[in-house]
Amino acid sequence: MLTYIVRRILYAIPILIGVNLITFMLFFVVNTPDDMARMQLGAKYVTPEAIENWKIERGYDKPLVLNENKDGWKKFTETIFFEKSIAMFVFDFGQSDDGRDIGFEIRSRMLPSLAIALPVFVLGLAVYITCALTMVFFRTTYIDFWGLVLCVALMSISGLFYIIAGQFLMGKLWHLVPISGFGTGLDVIKFLVLPVIIGVVSSAGANTRWYRTIFLEEMGKEYVRTARAKGLSEHLVLFRHVLKNALIPILTGAVVVVPLLFLGSLIVESFFGIPGLGSYTIDAINSQDFAVVRAMVFLGSVLYIVGLILTDVSYTFVDPRIRLR
Amino acid sequence: MIKRIGAVLLIYAVIPILTGCGDPTVWNNPHPASESGQNILYSVFTERPKHLDPVQSYSSNEIQFTAQIYQPPLQYHYLKRPFTLIPGTAVDLPKVTYYDLNDQPVSDGAATDGIAYTQYEVSIKPGIFYQPHPAFAKSAQGDWLYHQLNDQDLAVVYKLSDFAIMDTRELTAYDYVYQIKRLAHPKLHSPIYGLMADYIVGLRDYAAELRNAQRSPEGQAFLDLREYFLSGVGVIDDYTYYIRIRGKYPQFIYWLAMPFFSPIPWEADLFYSQKGLIEKNITLDWYPVGTGPYMLTENNPNLRMVLERNPNFYGEFYPEEGMPGDLESGLLNDAGKAIPFIDKIVFAREREGIPRWNKFLQGYYDASGIGSDSFDQAVQLVGQGEATVTDEMAEQGIRLETTVAVSTFYIGFNMLDPVVGGTGEKGRESARKLRQAISVAVDYEEYISIFANGRGLSAHGPIAPGVPGYRSGKAGMNPVVYEWVDGEAKRKSLQVARKLMAEAGYPNGIDRKTGSPLTLYFDVVARSTEDRSMLDWMRKQFQKLNIQLVVRSTDYNRFQDKIRKGNAQIFEWGWHADYPDPENFLFLLYGPQRKANNSSGSSANNAANYENAEYDRLFEQMKDMDNGILRQQIIDRMVNILRHDSPWLWGYHPKDYGLYHTWFNNVKPNRISNNNMKYYRIDSLLREQKRREWNAPVLWPITLLFLSLMGGLWPAVHAFRRHEKSAAIKSDASSLI
Repeated sequence: MLTYIVRRILYAIPILIGVNLITFMLFFVVNTPDDMARMQLGAKYVTPEAIENWKIERGYDKPLVLNENKDGWKKFTETIFFEKSIAMFVFDFGQSDDGRDIGFEIRSRMLPSLAIALPVFVLGLAVYITCALTMVFFRTTYIDFWGLVLCVALMSISGLFYIIAGQFLMGKLWHLVPISGFGTGLDVIKFLVLPVIIGVVSSAGANTRWYRTIFLEEMGKEYVRTARAKGLSEHLVLFRHVLKNALIPILTGAVVVVPLLFLGSLIVESFFGIPGLGSYTIDAINSQDFAVVRAMVFLGSVLYIVGLILTDVSYTFVDPRIRLR
Repeated sequence: MIKRIGAVLLIYAVIPILTGCGDPTVWNNPHPASESGQNILYSVFTERPKHLDPVQSYSSNEIQFTAQIYQPPLQYHYLKRPFTLIPGTAVDLPKVTYYDLNDQPVSDGAATDGIAYTQYEVSIKPGIFYQPHPAFAKSAQGDWLYHQLNDQDLAVVYKLSDFAIMDTRELTAYDYVYQIKRLAHPKLHSPIYGLMADYIVGLRDYAAELRNAQRSPEGQAFLDLREYFLSGVGVIDDYTYYIRIRGKYPQFIYWLAMPFFSPIPWEADLFYSQKGLIEKNITLDWYPVGTGPYMLTENNPNLRMVLERNPNFYGEFYPEEGMPGDLESGLLNDAGKAIPFIDKIVFAREREGIPRWNKFLQGYYDASGIGSDSFDQAVQLVGQGEATVTDEMAEQGIRLETTVAVSTFYIGFNMLDPVVGGTGEKGRESARKLRQAISVAVDYEEYISIFANGRGLSAHGPIAPGVPGYRSGKAGMNPVVYEWVDGEAKRKSLQVARKLMAEAGYPNGIDRKTGSPLTLYFDVVARSTEDRSMLDWMRKQFQKLNIQLVVRSTDYNRFQDKIRKGNAQIFEWGWHADYPDPENFLFLLYGPQRKANNSSGSSANNAANYENAEYDRLFEQMKDMDNGILRQQIIDRMVNILRHDSPWLWGYHPKDYGLYHTWFNNVKPNRISNNNMKYYRIDSLLREQKRREWNAPVLWPITLLFLSLMGGLWPAVHAFRRHEKSAAIKSDASSLI
């Protein structure tokens, strides 16, 4: 397994270089270093001299990807792309365009993101699987039918609507929880109730239907018939046998997102005022802070690759037939 | 049944615990329970400030913090209008002396040509102290405690308050000089360096010297600016310093009321230059050090920023005189009392308008702006179009305060463009008539009514109300676009515009030379779908003259690029004044300030690339004059030239509307002076009472939800039990026999 993991990590390097290159190209198609300087320095009294100084200070005075004034390797190494990219591979993200340490910011913002994303993930998984198994248990009854109708209805509503409706009902009309905000210590709980409920409910339709489909497929298999034939009660059949055998597709969807939980949610964090990484990314895009955008895209790619590796590894725990070589 | 009732009671008991609220009668309070009833002002900010270092911060979202912390030598009178400069930390307004080329003093009334330098001498009050800060901390032996921090010291430091010992020292003139030197620091990129380098003697050379010094390893770490001499700025004694500028620039005094000219102690600069602190984002840009009424004690710009009363601030009092009406509106109730009144100001980050608005209505924020989607809920027009709060707001005791901003939003014509700017004498005359025709046709009164909810004044020239040089009434009317009818300015009829079009060579919108309809191009920054209606409206305005308006939408960077290169034809732009002087508006159309093809290397703000020799001459004369009748006459002439040439559609001056709860006192809004929070007063007990009244939790929905769930699931549970108890194969009694 170790060989497999090492090989996957090595495969990741060219992928990360590619992601970095694409991010770089896309960003600089829209923004030039001069634009970035103007964005940081303001628009009123900025002189060309100030712009030039800013670029030199931040290392944006070099060519983007090819330095024709240099020879040999320096053609590639003395460029903005190389100088801004290479340090990231040792997770040194450097400073944002407004001069702050990006690594420090990321570390301090991961926890608020996780405070929302982890409960939504765990609670969501439990709720979706329970609902899906219940619908399977009561298949062809009114519960299954109306459950499906409800799922389709939930899928049809925009995520933004859940947020606005949730804030309106629970925060504004019924005064049960704060409309938005964040706190420290135990105080944080009151701010998590609403976004967690909304996070779970907004994804309930699609996920419950997906798990229901998986479980229904399993229900038709012979081992289920055998379990029933030996006299097991239906809930034991479902929760002990069907659930266990359906874990591979569940893990495929679930484990891969575990590392990404650190990155938070752009919209939820923005609407609920959560000081996490999602809102950090939004701020960086709005202020054209390439250093932060690049760091967040890179981090997202790394975490996604880690998620895929973890998914593969998790298969070996739930299915003894799988061997990673 | 007992179990179910128990479950409901459990939910009712758990929710208040989850909400973590000290007050069981209010569950939705977003502020910590420990703050209940305290003398705290709750405000919001939408964009995180990029810079809090006064040498860099310029945006309004930054200055709302820095202006409460730092004290420049001058400030604006809080109540007087027009805006009046008064001493801040200074004893009096600066002593101004003019010098000729031989460095000999010349009289105040000397011709501008004879003035080579102007010297501003500022005396500050003794006994002003900085906020407590670790940069000032010394050991018993007199050694600096935190100027050479090692890894061990830094291991327990994550924020400024983690330093155990804080101290202060008295403000001196050296600190002001130090800050002016920082304008030229190569690492700091002050936005006004370019402008100031044109005026402050020696600043450009000083910047070059610092750039060289910075190349050394010591310079990379820290440049001690005390060791580098700047010829245009110096200390006379501990409490007096001077600034020498080139020529005569009377508007310079307004800059002395901005945070750029606040004091910075060298100790703080050295303290914050330590690498270990920079890595932890503990920098002067993040943790300001000032002498003002407030100090920043919490800086988490993604969540909240907290200003607390500076314990070392004293000796300033609420103004005792204001304008007519101020007494009646209660603005002088606190006259003569020591300020600040509020102990703590909490700025919460609110990116989205809906939560921000709802929390204001719940009493959790003390003031609010008005978004377009909540305008109808908040404001109604009565009588002669006078704005007031709706009955719903009035019931809550919310009041509306309005003020015309010293800003202008306009549509500019690029004068380098052959169609709207013209080439050759005949072409320029034709283009002028075209611009005048468009000025008449684009109905800004309608625009303000539709798109700004009436929050604006249609402009008759570039100068905003409240600024010397602005004229209201008939004297201030633009005769090219309006005519005076029944005591008010009325836009001229379309017939006038069509006649001008014909004279311009476009009868009925058809180009006489080509026979084709006239097509013009409108460059705008990429719009959201919400703004499409505005662009459609604009097309219709041009359509009145049969002009085809093509909207060219682009991102902000490309838009700016087009303007710099002079590639736009018609564009929209705006300007917010830095200081209340007509020069700060009229320079936007001063020829040498043109943006396109400007080789002077300095910043330029004349986006229309307008040039008129007579206007430029008058501008040069006007900018150095003191306000008075003669200056007003020159301004009138300049404005008339502009109206005749019409390089802009003058657009409108926006009105700021703000809503304030009944417990929020001493509010006189304006956007020129920014250090206003020291004058505000809050009745926190009233606020607490109102919050409880407005936010009692509504519990029936939880009960209903619980009962609905139980009701829906009961048949299912029943069916499940029956299923589990039933036999796999049903027995048939008859078959057994």
